[in-house]
Amino acid sequence: MVDARGLAGQLRTVLGDAAVITDRQRLRTYECDGLAQYKVTPALVVLPRTTGQVAAVVRACAAAGVPFVARGSGTGLSGGALPHADGVLIVTSTMRSVLDLDIVNQRAVVEPGVINLHLSREALPHGYYYAPDPSSQQVCSIGGNVAENSGGAHCLKYGFTTNHVTGLELVTPAGDVVQVGGKAPDAPGYDLLGALVGSEGTLGIATKVTVRLTRSPEAVSTLLAAFPDTDRAGAAVSAIIAAGVVPAAIEMMDALAIEAAEAAVHCGYPPGAGAVLIVELDGPGADVEHEFAEAERLCRASGATEVRVAADDAERALFWKGRKSAFAAVGRISPGYIVQDGVVPRTALPQVLRRIAQLSADTGIRVANVFHAGDGNLHPLVLFDDAVPGESARAEEVSGAILDLCLEHGGSITGEHGVGADKARYMPRMFDADDLDTMQLVRCAFDPQSISNPGKVFPTPRLCGERPGRHQGTHPLAEAGVAEVF
Amino acid sequence: MGDVVLQELRLATDDHAAAAGPADTVDGMPARWVASPGSTAETSAVMRVAAVHDLAVVVRGAGNRLTWGAPPERCDLLVDSTRMDAVVEHASGDLVVVVQAGCRLDVLQQRLAGAGQWLAVDPPRPGTVGGTVAAALSGPTRLAHGAVRDLVIGMTMVRADGVVAHSGGKVVKNVAGYDVGKLLTGSYGTLGVITEVAFRLHPLPKARSWVSLPRHSAAAVHEALQRVVHSQLVPGAVELDRAADGSATLTVQLEGVAPGVLARTAAALELLGPSATAGSRPPGWWGIQPAGTGEVLLKVTHELAGLPHLLTALDAAAARHRLAAHVRGSVAVGSVLVGLRAAEGGNRVGPAALGPDEVAGLVADLRQRAASFGGSVVVLDGPRVVKESLDVWGPVGAIDLMRSVKHRFDPARLLAPGRFVGGI
Ligand SMILES: Cc1cc2nc3c(=O)[nH]c(=O)nc-3n(C[C@H](O)[C@H](O)[C@H](O)COP(=O)(O)OP(=O)(O)OC[C@H]3O[C@@H](n4cnc5c(N)ncnc54)[C@H](O)[C@@H]3O)c2cc1C
Ligand SMILES: Cc1cc2nc3c(=O)[nH]c(=O)nc-3n(C[C@H](O)[C@H](O)[C@H](O)COP(=O)(O)OP(=O)(O)OC[C@H]3O[C@@H](n4cnc5c(N)ncnc54)[C@H](O)[C@@H]3O)c2cc1C
Repeated sequence: MVDARGLAGQLRTVLGDAAVITDRQRLRTYECDGLAQYKVTPALVVLPRTTGQVAAVVRACAAAGVPFVARGSGTGLSGGALPHADGVLIVTSTMRSVLDLDIVNQRAVVEPGVINLHLSREALPHGYYYAPDPSSQQVCSIGGNVAENSGGAHCLKYGFTTNHVTGLELVTPAGDVVQVGGKAPDAPGYDLLGALVGSEGTLGIATKVTVRLTRSPEAVSTLLAAFPDTDRAGAAVSAIIAAGVVPAAIEMMDALAIEAAEAAVHCGYPPGAGAVLIVELDGPGADVEHEFAEAERLCRASGATEVRVAADDAERALFWKGRKSAFAAVGRISPGYIVQDGVVPRTALPQVLRRIAQLSADTGIRVANVFHAGDGNLHPLVLFDDAVPGESARAEEVSGAILDLCLEHGGSITGEHGVGADKARYMPRMFDADDLDTMQLVRCAFDPQSISNPGKVFPTPRLCGERPGRHQGTHPLAEAGVAEVF
Repeated sequence: MGDVVLQELRLATDDHAAAAGPADTVDGMPARWVASPGSTAETSAVMRVAAVHDLAVVVRGAGNRLTWGAPPERCDLLVDSTRMDAVVEHASGDLVVVVQAGCRLDVLQQRLAGAGQWLAVDPPRPGTVGGTVAAALSGPTRLAHGAVRDLVIGMTMVRADGVVAHSGGKVVKNVAGYDVGKLLTGSYGTLGVITEVAFRLHPLPKARSWVSLPRHSAAAVHEALQRVVHSQLVPGAVELDRAADGSATLTVQLEGVAPGVLARTAAALELLGPSATAGSRPPGWWGIQPAGTGEVLLKVTHELAGLPHLLTALDAAAARHRLAAHVRGSVAVGSVLVGLRAAEGGNRVGPAALGPDEVAGLVADLRQRAASFGGSVVVLDGPRVVKESLDVWGPVGAIDLMRSVKHRFDPARLLAPGRFVGGI
């Protein structure tokens, strides 16, 4: 392997001097993503402006056997964009054009660095928006969303990034530029898009993304319901879903999360609530009106002590302000915290929340819960104080134990933040060796050299030579212990 | 060696394997054995037998669409999934079902309907869950609920080497690991045997209505479609049915709560003008393929605004090659099926008389114009002589990556070799 720094001269001729960073101080601005506990200074950072430049960088890496890592806005929460010490970090922040806002076809083609919210802003005057709305949408990039298959509060009704991407231009780990899908659906062949979205930058770099635009809803109604405890709030969620109502979003916050949000943004939630739900419905006016009344009734029937209905956009924004600022707000009540991301079947919510509370009581580690209740996607915020010896380690343990709880209930170790560097070691708890081996076949098909974001997603790298013939030599029936029949 | 293979297959399947009979063919090609595993473990054992003896394997569900795609180069073993027909788990509160691949779709739907739910790949059919997923077939309500690939949340598959692998899970939201299930969806049995699928479900709509509009030119169809898609009707489906003479009906399905459907039905009638009519039942052609067995069936995709260009190109090509083209499909999604017959007044009559040259000519013309409508043209089904006269899948983007995926999953090319794109 050539030293990545050795590529600097070659890349300067392709990208220009300003787009190749080698200065130690400047390199360090890229040492982590949103998960600041992992830090690695990259050997080299490049800021390409075109697909051709990205391809040239990747080709240079491939030829030299140097790893590369794509980075969008660096808001990822699993260390997915954590640089490689001997690798090139390819940053897309200089690729921010909406190339084609194609309203008649309900599509947009964007460069990967385009900020999620900016796309919606451009489409809005035409009565359209881009539906996946991660809470980080003011800063995160579409390329990062594609890599993480990002979700958001409204994904309960509208689906995740994977349901909204219809085409990608990809620079493969060999440096080839290929088009996968387009504006029309169902390109013939394997659903490579399905594999690429959510692959966390390990199968290549997206240089153009074609997405579906969604018609802005005619009506939106939002309520804030306060409950004495999370059990009853959870019951309300189940009742709403069971009634066949499909809200655009159902979000829950528990007492500690409410306390933090109040301290930070004074959102004025009902005082003394053990849990609040934000329930939002959108769609055609008559449908929303009818179903909203039903949702409100079900909240009350499940034990809501207070239900507020947003009278206007300003009040709706206030409801959401508490929710959207919750992660950051936790900083007000704790010097350190871990944002966990796990999933349970929605019907298991009350039980799992109780077990989390028990875990918290047993360990003395506080846990604030704020999450996408409609699809069972938990975001426990595990609080700790580094000044207290051993507390951060205990917080880590609690955070890990919560994932085990999720798996015990048939859930997942990540609903939207991805595996990245952080959760690779948890993958074997959810998938066995054969499952992981099969996923690695996909990896090897795209990236036989393992240079595209290596060290992420998988706990152990796989060599991509010819496949180990472990089932070729032994006779299947000999293995099964019945060979003596013959 | 034949006896040995059969004996091994019987051992692998608890005696559910036999020499192939006259009905055990794939697109006219006879298989040598049929094995019917009753579980994922048995499927794994069967695939290991196939791997050791270098048997080419074609998976068969109900067998209703076994002729779709290119004919496989060889077929030694049919792996029949229909003994794996259990609904493993229906978590109704979570709107999730886990079902074995050989379960019939209509049986599953009936079971789910008891809980007021359904798998949104309408309408109910005798085909299997596995066949539906492997061929990525969607019906009209794909517009509202997504294609099959959007409904699959977890999968168990058996690889060509017999290894069993899971991906996804049974929660709707999940980004742990690669979504291998999406790769298998639409893979026509060329990457692995699907044995179990977890789906997200939807509540059955409480009310539905259908608003239909007759239109007689490509331009008028386009104009009506654009009105609908940019409106606030939020249709569950928008289907076009267009006969070879150009007479067409555009039908909008509205679904939801009764007061909402009522209001939107009125809004749709107003939007579409006096020739539109509303009904409480779908038109007779709803969700039915526009070609019978033995006829030629194309799948054509398009950009929404590419529809009139597609229809114009199709009309021109049909006239030139003396064929009659019936278009039916989800025009607000951008995916239609086209049934081809010999044109009346031509020198051939009836489906059997469809000439391979004419079909190949039409397909070539249409592919040449594909840029004008922004999509692709695939020959899903047709007489073997027709399919052999052309490339059924047509030009494919990113084909090298696809070959590479196939090579990693099935290096010995045992799974339906030659069935898929680029001879995969
Ligand atoms: C306050 C806060 C709230 C958040 N809320 C949510 C939420 O509600 N839902 C949610 O899903 N996530 C959320 N996130 C996580 C994060 O914002 C998302 O994962 C987002 O998609 C990351 O985008 P990014 O541009 O910052 O990507 P980065 O962090 O830069 O990169 C993320 C991954 O994408 C890869 N990547 C980036 N660009 C490309 C490309 N062009 N091609 C291939 N791979 C690429 C990187 O290698 C890395 O693996 C939140 C984060 C924060 C800090
Ligand atoms: C508009 C429309 C109308 C339709 N109308 C009908 C209808 O009238 N009647 C009807 O039966 N169906 C109909 N279908 C299709 C139906 O939904 C089923 O998908 C279809 O019957 C295929 O199921 P099958 O079990 O017959 O599959 P098969 O024909 O057995 O298999 C189809 C393909 O999938 C592969 N395959 C099958 N099972 C597996 C597996 N477990 N793992 C891997 N590969 C597998 C096969 O090798 C083959 O290539 C319609 C679909 C649409 C979109």
